[in-house]
Amino acid sequence: MDDKHDEYKRIVFVTVGTTSFDSLVKTVDSKQVKEALSAKGYTHLVIQMGRGSYIPKKSSGEDGSLVVDYFTFSSSIADYLRSASLVISHAGSGSIFETLRLAKPLIVVVNEDLMDNHQSELAEELAERKHLFCARPQTLCEVIKSLNLDIIVPYEPGDANPVAKLINKHLGFPVD
Amino acid sequence: MMDFTSVSLVFVIASTLLVVRILYVISQSSKPARNTSQKSLSTLVVLGSGGHTAEMINLLSVLQKDRFAPRFYIAAATDNMSLQKARVFEDALDDKISSKGANSIQYMQIYRSREVGQSYITSVGTTLYALAHALWLMVKIRPQVILCNGPGTCIPICAIAFVFKVLGIRWSHIFYVESIARVKRLSLSGLLLYKLRMADQLFVQWPSLQKQYPRAHYVGRLM
Repeated sequence: MDDKHDEYKRIVFVTVGTTSFDSLVKTVDSKQVKEALSAKGYTHLVIQMGRGSYIPKKSSGEDGSLVVDYFTFSSSIADYLRSASLVISHAGSGSIFETLRLAKPLIVVVNEDLMDNHQSELAEELAERKHLFCARPQTLCEVIKSLNLDIIVPYEPGDANPVAKLINKHLGFPVD
Repeated sequence: MMDFTSVSLVFVIASTLLVVRILYVISQSSKPARNTSQKSLSTLVVLGSGGHTAEMINLLSVLQKDRFAPRFYIAAATDNMSLQKARVFEDALDDKISSKGANSIQYMQIYRSREVGQSYITSVGTTLYALAHALWLMVKIRPQVILCNGPGTCIPICAIAFVFKVLGIRWSHIFYVESIARVKRLSLSGLLLYKLRMADQLFVQWPSLQKQYPRAHYVGRLM
């Protein structure tokens, strides 16, 4: 992040978490999606590809197109999230809430290849509440083209105190 | 020599007593405890993975550490992140709360009955092995409180804890918090604990779930 032109950078960070999600990586690496992101004013595309086998094409963006870079895993995902202007994430709750806590615009892409696809429940519920946008690999391009960040409702972090109170009460501890 | 009738009579009486005992355990578990001594309770925390562990840490951070002590953390042997996160959490507490016993916090790993993609034939053997390992850990820990929030790792632990309650070996209070990712349906672990009434209390984080499972407690979002 020692680039002198930091203020001109508008980074899109794509994260697939600890597994693989080739259909997402392939989609964001497509010409249409990259053009849609450029059209929205984004300048850089950083892809965390996990265990996936599809390798995106790196690009230094000399021809005025998106700068594209990728890596498999990193211990500092939080730094990448912080530097991003837009996050495109798999539907894991860890990535979702980490991004929402940083108040970054988020598009969650549901992996339809997963056997037990309960993950879409959370993404769809949060999309309904306008905390994020929800897409499938095949609809991602459309979602980017119609992206309107003004409608996002900031996410209020949850509170563990109600559970703690019930547990204390059940165990006979005084509830203060 | 006992004839067939007396053998079956003994069997009928024994199974009736067992059923009565199980019903008693279930009904007592759902009632609040009379904890007049206010002593601290040994607590077993079963860590899931990724998002599950993050939710559990959020819960632990608001629980009174002096009440829930000593604390034992268990995570799947294949999950190398969760215990590390628990350690970071506990070490951060150490700075504020001094004079802790050397054994007040312990971290343990447990074998999983089945890994993703494992064949069903080999999983019979690994399941038995995982159960034996869970039993060994439970005999050692004999916790008074069990906190879990899925996924499957917590099921053998809760089942053994329930058997311990029925047999009078140890009475543990079992709390299960369904993951925030479950909006419309309980997870398999949550459903098992709910249907078999193994948990003292089962918490859900979305109101729509509570409507479907009326014995669950709605507690709002943990994340």
